[in-house]
Amino acid sequence: MATVETREARQPWILLAPALTAVALLLLVPLAFIAVYSFWLRTATGADIAGFHTDNWAEALSDPFYRDILLGTLRIAAITTLVCALAGYPAAYFIARSKANRAILLLLLMLPFWVSYIIRTMSWINILGVSGAFNSALLAMGVIGQPIQMLYNEATVILGLVHFLLPFMVLNVYVSLEGIDETLEQAANSLGATRWQAFREVTLPLSLPGLAAGGLLCFVLAAGTYITPLVLGGPTDAMFANLVFEAIITQLDWPLGSALSLMLLAILGALVALYNHFVGMSQIARGFG
Amino acid sequence: MIQPAVQLRDIVKRFGSFVAVHPTSLEIPEGAFVTLLGPSGCGKTTTLRMIAGLLDPSEGEIAIKGRRVNEVPIHKRNLGLVFQNYALFPHRTVAENVAFGLRYRGVAREDIRRRVAEALALVQLPDLGHRYPRELSGGQQQRVALARAIVIEPDVLLLDEPLSALDANLREDMRVELKRIQHRLGITTVFVTHDQGEALAMSDRIVVMSAGRVEQAGPPEEVYNTPATEFVARFLGASNILGARVAAAGDGEVVLDADHFGRITLPPERARGVGPGARAKLVIRAEKLGLSPPGAPPGDGISIDGRIETVDYQGQVARYFVRVGDTQLQAINMIDEHPFSEGDAVAIRLRPRDCAALAGDAT
Ligand SMILES: Nc1ncnc2c1ncn2[C@@H]1O[C@H](COP(=O)(O)OP(=O)(O)OP(=O)(O)O)[C@@H](O)[C@H]1O
Ligand SMILES: [Mg+2]
Repeated sequence: MATVETREARQPWILLAPALTAVALLLLVPLAFIAVYSFWLRTATGADIAGFHTDNWAEALSDPFYRDILLGTLRIAAITTLVCALAGYPAAYFIARSKANRAILLLLLMLPFWVSYIIRTMSWINILGVSGAFNSALLAMGVIGQPIQMLYNEATVILGLVHFLLPFMVLNVYVSLEGIDETLEQAANSLGATRWQAFREVTLPLSLPGLAAGGLLCFVLAAGTYITPLVLGGPTDAMFANLVFEAIITQLDWPLGSALSLMLLAILGALVALYNHFVGMSQIARGFG
Repeated sequence: MIQPAVQLRDIVKRFGSFVAVHPTSLEIPEGAFVTLLGPSGCGKTTTLRMIAGLLDPSEGEIAIKGRRVNEVPIHKRNLGLVFQNYALFPHRTVAENVAFGLRYRGVAREDIRRRVAEALALVQLPDLGHRYPRELSGGQQQRVALARAIVIEPDVLLLDEPLSALDANLREDMRVELKRIQHRLGITTVFVTHDQGEALAMSDRIVVMSAGRVEQAGPPEEVYNTPATEFVARFLGASNILGARVAAAGDGEVVLDADHFGRITLPPERARGVGPGARAKLVIRAEKLGLSPPGAPPGDGISIDGRIETVDYQGQVARYFVRVGDTQLQAINMIDEHPFSEGDAVAIRLRPRDCAALAGDAT
């Protein structure tokens, strides 16, 4: 007969089984295929050659073209994360401290998720495009004589990414601020700290885990994106995921595309592992709670 | 006259249309331990937070050491604050928590270390400076919070139900401890509690509040023995309140004809505001009603007959509900050997000088 302990030990696994099965079938199995593919060889004509060849890896790791785009991708992800942190923290602080309107503000924060990410990204064309709202307004006011091309550069890619990722940052920071006891700041005030000093010494350090969780999400999602640079970037603004897309979909070079995508996965995976080591995954889970 | 450490002049606090504190004036003498006592929601915390500078009074003036502080922000008021949940900084060690206020006062590094050590020794936690708050028990956290508040040598120490999160035994230890430290430092202290035992044990003065108003302020014995209102009589300890007619008043005594007990003569200081010919309320503390077997020789008081209805046995003492005519009286007596049982007939004794009278009719 099963004892209480063994039943309790078994229960989480039973509850997790459907999700774990889905993850295994939809994520791990394809990933294994990609890993295998990355060691195959592509031929100009006919089928890829199966086997264990390191050629793709050698190309992906040594070609300065890939390296430059990888560094560019990481830079764009870093700038996006920074902008999200700077813009998101005050917003999260405001929501956490507003008592009456908190529910409405949180709802507003969720609102963008009801519209497809692609549509939200494309909406910038109507705002900043040559015949977009911004140019029309400037023309009408006579500030400019000719419409200016504001789209299709790195700045608009970052703008689009910030637009996409800001809610993730705000939510994560909000959750950690929410968990900080209000009396801590009051105690600091009573001991002689101004509001700003109390914030710097007490609230900010205690909310760092949330900031780190939001930062990780923003960085990983930004570094893996290919839609935003596709829609809002110029020809030279391709990010790393665009290369993977290009290799696999356009050139049908599955082996090289596999190697490239695994490379990105390894870098982002290492980042997540670092985060997990220093902060812990439970913080992110809280951000979604 | 010596200047009071804290002075409240007609302060009012409104939240929207709700009045949490009605016009209240209060003087807290230098070095005194003053307790704000009252039931939940009566405005104790609100009053304390106005003194602290965490809330602005809607009206009135607050002065600390004779200086108006309404416009002084909390970080410049030099107050020590202890919260019910301690509010220790979780990311700082005990020593860093205690040092926090000193750093903002420009105290030199060496002096900070010495004063932190002294404060921790005072609260009897000399060796725990390197620990984090989460590594301490509730009682220890409480002591650290106290050390952090007193190390800055505040003008006034403000404590909001600091003991209520502790279990009963620890609470009694801490209350002795807190009183010892307060006495040792001679620091003016405002203590908020809804626990009358704490208030009576610790205070130099008790301010009894109800529904945003001060009902009575005075030394513990005075508040306990001569309650100014029926609310105070009922809130502090267990009291019996009986109807009475004032037979005579003046000439250094007040004579009442009370329900059940008959003629009772009181000194005027125990019957303030009671005039001749009017109705009055006779307040009798439950522990002033002595029960004895019927027929025992009467002492120096009044004796009437009653019957025990309910016994609430509490170990050292028992609380009896005794039926006398149409009235149920409460009596709290030490237990000699066996408590009385339900249905026992008893003699109820009362010494008139243990009573107090209030103006107005009993309800
Ligand atoms: N920020 C606020 N907004 C509206 N009403 C408030 C606010 N703070 C307190 N009150 C109300 O003011 C009254 C007094 O509150 P206060 O916190 O001072 O009570 P208290 O005596 O400390 O009670 P307790 O023993 O439960 O702590 C209560 O009725 C409370 O609901
Ligand atoms: Mg309170």
